[in-house]
Amino acid sequence: MNEVALSDIRRSRGLWSDAAARITRNRVAVVAASVILLLAVLALSGPVFSPYTYDALDWQHLAAAPFTTSHWLGTDRLGRDLLVRTLCGVRISLLISLVATAISLAIGVTWGAVAGYVGGRTDELMMRFVDVLYSLPYLFIVIILTTVFSRGSLPVLFCAIGAVGWLTTARIVRGQTLALKRREFIEAAHAGGLGTAAILLRHIIPNLIGPVVVYATLTIPQMILFESFLSFLGLGVQEPLASLGSLINDGTQEMQSAPWMLLVPAGFLVVLLMCFNVVGDALRDALDPRDR
Amino acid sequence: MLRYALRRIAGIVPTLLVIITVSFFVVRLAPGGPFDQEQTLGPQVRANLDRAYGLDRPIAFQYWRYLHGLAHGDFGPSFKQHDFTVAELISQGLPVSGSLGLTAVLLAILIGIPLGVAAAVWRQTTVDYGITSLVVLGMALPGFVTGPVLALVFGVYLQWLPVAGWEEGAPRYFVLPAVTLALPVIAYVARLTRASLLDVFRANFIRTARARGLGPWRILWGHALRPALLPVVSYLGPATAFVMTGSLVVETVFGLPGTGRYLVQGAINRDYTLVMGMVIVYGTLVLLLNLIADLVYGWLDPRVRHE
Repeated sequence: MNEVALSDIRRSRGLWSDAAARITRNRVAVVAASVILLLAVLALSGPVFSPYTYDALDWQHLAAAPFTTSHWLGTDRLGRDLLVRTLCGVRISLLISLVATAISLAIGVTWGAVAGYVGGRTDELMMRFVDVLYSLPYLFIVIILTTVFSRGSLPVLFCAIGAVGWLTTARIVRGQTLALKRREFIEAAHAGGLGTAAILLRHIIPNLIGPVVVYATLTIPQMILFESFLSFLGLGVQEPLASLGSLINDGTQEMQSAPWMLLVPAGFLVVLLMCFNVVGDALRDALDPRDR
Repeated sequence: MLRYALRRIAGIVPTLLVIITVSFFVVRLAPGGPFDQEQTLGPQVRANLDRAYGLDRPIAFQYWRYLHGLAHGDFGPSFKQHDFTVAELISQGLPVSGSLGLTAVLLAILIGIPLGVAAAVWRQTTVDYGITSLVVLGMALPGFVTGPVLALVFGVYLQWLPVAGWEEGAPRYFVLPAVTLALPVIAYVARLTRASLLDVFRANFIRTARARGLGPWRILWGHALRPALLPVVSYLGPATAFVMTGSLVVETVFGLPGTGRYLVQGAINRDYTLVMGMVIVYGTLVLLLNLIADLVYGWLDPRVRHE
């Protein structure tokens, strides 16, 4: 602790360098982050280098067990390569969760910052709206949305999942904004004649990045989970595309004869979720000075 | 207390209306109707169908009629399962889902609280570390992973329990679904109990009790446990909501004839009235259970009522 504190004094002690130092000291978090990176790289590049594609049928090897044929992790009942399909599933899960997180952050940060900074009746109205949405069982709203719009269309999934994630972000951001609003530099900007929009964009939002980043890394696994949940129920990604959820569902159907079809995607999902949770927790510890 | 209860009950009415209104208008104003897939329909048949389901009337009238029906417990006919009303389907499924959810919550209380207490009492020992890591695992694993894996181990390999299915009055079919549903709740209850008990142990009145020479178990039972369980009580509202969404997955995995499976199938078949009815029933239940949990909390902790 002491060495770091000294070296931190010599460097200018910014929030980020500080946090980076603390993150790299957390071995578990570093390992988890590397695993996520590795999985992401594999998910992006693996299917390109594999001789198989996610929807190619191999009639010679139907429901082949892992390590018995040239399909490393076996095939499903149609002879599709399970490793490639799982990696494609990871890719889709990551894509959906990242986009959905971005959508929910964009809405949440704007909503919370405006409510917190403008204050008064606007604030009350905006947060009341959030409260009402909070008490709705949003899963059912998502199910309604996916019922009504065409099933499996990715944009609908993005919006449906992203639209439910912004509520907590809005609350966190509003709280932070309320605290920031009273600080001198905001007052100075105000006295300097800057308008509300400019103050929000140039001063409030940049200062919110810390807590927002933390919350975002904790949101991503929730979004992955949520997407897999919908796909598992058959309401998300549709055949021949695969997501981790739909692969697990396929595996459940076949688990008596081909348990690897369940265990491979389930293993990938669990590892992904655990790693994101560990990294998110570590980031929170690193960026949140109160917990030190 | 009564005023607090009345205020809270009045508070859920607008939320319910929002749920009903949002689901009604999203479903009705969306592109495509419930009969679109049946392409062979002639215009005359189509018009008759629309008239039979009241879809030819102005939307404001349909909305009013739907509200009117709801007030009388009528959710309308199912669009896809002809000969059934939505109310009939719901009342068929609700006993299964209800007993499943109740069992899961009971399991969570009966297993989760003792685990949390054990972890707090023997904190920073092997017991604590063991329980805490189980808790992390239990909270991270979704039901659609634990359910199939449990079925694989206990159903396929060990053959102790049926893999899936349902038989009236046969508890064997109930064990795996209930356990799957309960696992994350058990984990969360254990974590909450541990954290809040550790908090309470630091309080002044516990130090006083210790100074008076009471043994650790007397302190736990007589002083610490009751205040420590407050957060657990207030978690039970969200927990039941969680259990209800979880039962969508569990009923699908284990093929139980509950409301959750109807909801999923309704969504896949685009059975609009069924999905709306289910959403409204589930929404009402979630709101009511949250309310009950809050009222119990207010009854246990008088400070809450005066806020």
